[in-house]
Amino acid sequence: MAIFLGATLEDARAIIGRYPVEHQRSAIMPLLYLAQSVEGMIGQGALREIGVLLDITTAEVEAVASFYTMYRMRPTGEHVVAVCTNLACKLRGAQAVADAAREAAGIGHGEEISADGVFTVHEEECLGVCDFAPVVQVNVCNHDNVTPDRVRELIARLRAGDVPAPARGPAFASFRAASRALAGLEEVASS
Amino acid sequence: MTLDLEPRLTRNWGDPGVIGLDGYVAAGGYVGLRTALGMADADIVEVVKASGLRGRGGAGFPTGMKWGFVPRDTGRPTYVVVNFDESEPGTCNNRELVEREPHRLLEGTVISALAIGCETAFVYIRGEYLWQSLVLQRAIAEAYAAGYLGADVCGSGTRVDVVLHRGAGAYICGEETALLNSLEGLRGQPRLRPPFPAVEGLFASPTVINNVETLMNVPDIVTNGAEWFRAVGTEKSPGTKMVTVSGKVERPGNYEIALGTPFRTVLDELAGGMLEGRALKAWTPGGSSTPMLTAAHIDTGLDYESLAAAGSMLGTAAIMVMDESDCVVDCAQRMVEFYAHESCGKCTPCREGSWWATRVLERLEGGHGRGEDIPLMHDMGTNILFRAFCALADGTASVINSSLAHFADEYEEHVRLGRCPLRDAPAEVRV
Repeated sequence: MAIFLGATLEDARAIIGRYPVEHQRSAIMPLLYLAQSVEGMIGQGALREIGVLLDITTAEVEAVASFYTMYRMRPTGEHVVAVCTNLACKLRGAQAVADAAREAAGIGHGEEISADGVFTVHEEECLGVCDFAPVVQVNVCNHDNVTPDRVRELIARLRAGDVPAPARGPAFASFRAASRALAGLEEVASS
Repeated sequence: MTLDLEPRLTRNWGDPGVIGLDGYVAAGGYVGLRTALGMADADIVEVVKASGLRGRGGAGFPTGMKWGFVPRDTGRPTYVVVNFDESEPGTCNNRELVEREPHRLLEGTVISALAIGCETAFVYIRGEYLWQSLVLQRAIAEAYAAGYLGADVCGSGTRVDVVLHRGAGAYICGEETALLNSLEGLRGQPRLRPPFPAVEGLFASPTVINNVETLMNVPDIVTNGAEWFRAVGTEKSPGTKMVTVSGKVERPGNYEIALGTPFRTVLDELAGGMLEGRALKAWTPGGSSTPMLTAAHIDTGLDYESLAAAGSMLGTAAIMVMDESDCVVDCAQRMVEFYAHESCGKCTPCREGSWWATRVLERLEGGHGRGEDIPLMHDMGTNILFRAFCALADGTASVINSSLAHFADEYEEHVRLGRCPLRDAPAEVRV
């Protein structure tokens, strides 16, 4: 084990404990998020280790990891910028936002990651924020009614190390930090 | 019909305090749960049946009947699964309902658990709803601390636990059997039915799967009774419905309406009319998978029966509005691209058909349409519809078939002109 060690192994055991004892395979999805929070993507080592934890084969883990788009199985930027271009956002100008985001982040045609490794930018299917279209997620946090100028500003601030506050909820400083919250390991303050 | 409606699901939206337990209880929260704890399981099922509540996730199946199908004598546990995968393009009302009042969902979930004798309920929330998952996680912690969840719900001796499970970006997981596979740690592909989930669902046990909005109606039904619920809406579609309006309107948003309210009223009075006074051209009544309608259908009532009569469906009541400057072929291409991307790959008509349809639509929109393309689109639409395992493929076919049915001239003009008639200059060459 190279990923699930020490505190991370304790986190993994807590995740497995959420599910009925005889159905611990259900923990595969949050465990993938946990591995992603450690390494910034899902690599072969993570697949193998999760298989060991759940007593299933590496191939069974990979079958699941490769099915879902929020598990990144390729090198991924420190910040992930996802621009919804589905119909509700498209009708409000999302394509220009996506083009501006790629250009500002320095992402070449047909590529997803910037040369400096800071950004991954991709077009996203409907994010369920059609009331504030066009919408952009930065590290899985929503920014509403985004224009091309606004997305350039978001990317400039991220590049300067200043993570902008989303429309609602907390900001996550990196894609890894967001992945940890997706594993259900973020402490939540009482209301 | 007017908008003279006493809000139900949205009645506390003016009070930001209801995001927390104390605020929710002060606003009358958890009264439904206390009422349900004093009722026999079968009586909870009966009042929901009598209310006529139908599933708000798209299919419109009667909720009480679904609960009544769950056998209690199998020797296996029963499960409640909350479908919070809200992924149908154009749909975001579940998101806002939970952002504002997460405890109403938990209350409805616990009541449904009591109705079918379930001790563990799972909430499956789409991964992209990260902030909403944190809101729910906090609400769950509050509900445990206050005894609304856990080993002894409100001192009744009954156990109900709630487990939050995040998805990871797959539209297909909104299909209930794909959701179950995903929750079991498998690829999210749909299962053969029968057996239906009510008999053999999660972990091969009897399972009820309900949409978020459906469950959020339940506390008030238990508190106020079936007749109260039926006082709004139509006879076959009782109650209120959340609608999401997006696209070319002045005020995109989530609104609560009485079922049966005409689209015209929603567009003009709630959404503020067309954006910048433009002309209505086309609209989807229930997300991109429901057949699109036109300006001629503006007086159609938004309910299950009226929309079926108009050749479409209520679906998730997600209304995406297109105006006269929007090209139907371009919009159809984007919608079909979604289904091609989200096809789980299990069935050939869906996996291959949706991909080939994007190629033909791209060719038409890009100015390279051929005379045979329109009959070819008809052929694909006809051969995808009802020929795959689940309804995802029908979404692809609905986009193709409805756009062809209502906008045949626009398709033909693309071929005749060798370009999109709504773009100024000939489109750049795309292959």
